[in-house]
Amino acid sequence: MSKLIRMDHTGHSTLAEWTPDDPVAVEAAVQAFRAELDRGYLAMVSTGPGHALQVRELPLNAPLVILRLPIAGG
Amino acid sequence: MAVEPQILGPGPEVLPETAAVHWRPRVDDARLRRLGALWTLTTVAHVVPFLGAAALLMWLNPLALPVALACVAHAWVIPELYAQRGANVVRPHRRAGDGPERRALGLLGDLVDHDARELHAATGLVLERGRLGTWLVGEAGALLLRGARGRRAYCYCVRVDGRVAAAAELPSGDRIAHLLLALRADEQGFATVANLGFSGARWRLRRRVKAPMRPALDTAAATLDRRSSGRS
Repeated sequence: MSKLIRMDHTGHSTLAEWTPDDPVAVEAAVQAFRAELDRGYLAMVSTGPGHALQVRELPLNAPLVILRLPIAGG
Repeated sequence: MAVEPQILGPGPEVLPETAAVHWRPRVDDARLRRLGALWTLTTVAHVVPFLGAAALLMWLNPLALPVALACVAHAWVIPELYAQRGANVVRPHRRAGDGPERRALGLLGDLVDHDARELHAATGLVLERGRLGTWLVGEAGALLLRGARGRRAYCYCVRVDGRVAAAAELPSGDRIAHLLLALRADEQGFATVANLGFSGARWRLRRRVKAPMRPALDTAAATLDRRSSGRS
């Protein structure tokens, strides 16, 4: 089961869960993913120890997709 | 949690946040060396005139000792103030409620290995090995140690973009996770976006960071030590 989570004031919220062979869940996850990207979130997936990748389309085979806010110099 | 990069579509790319600082040259090894040298030069330019003035005053008239001592104090205090500015980038911030903090720590814990989890629990900083050096990531900043035995520290002020309303409410674990994910996606871009607050000797910085955080600096330096001895 893959998960789309957003880091927020609650710690994190699970926005969608899906398996690639469930088209209804996939569609819901894709909609949620696009809505968060439209709100300014950036989507990240872990690609191994010490590596992460930003994605613009929902990677259906990724077990965990994390939505983060942009960073800036303080 | 690991996923093969090739099945995810687009390959490694530049951190999108770098567009907001398009005028900055992208940070790399050579640029870090130059910045380090510039900081050393600046420190020398602050210290030497004061020490010179103190020596000159004593040579002209030993009765000028109090003024000479004031000059020496200035030569000492100015680099210390810079180091304090560097240490401030990892100063802990206000905590959210227990529940959100616990959930955020759970997610952060999933992103790092056992040793990094333990170090974070003890110091509040997450250790991350990069190509530019070894990083210690805090809630609103990151320290980069480089060189033999991590002698030189670079202190970067960087945080979740405060212009986004949701940023202010994030638990500390999430703030670190934001920085960690950005760092892992594009280390050079991360260093480019961040504002360099201080670069100088690790020992100088170590004295200025809060005592519970000092073991993190020691661990990061030991990591670099192992790396350099592994190369030789």
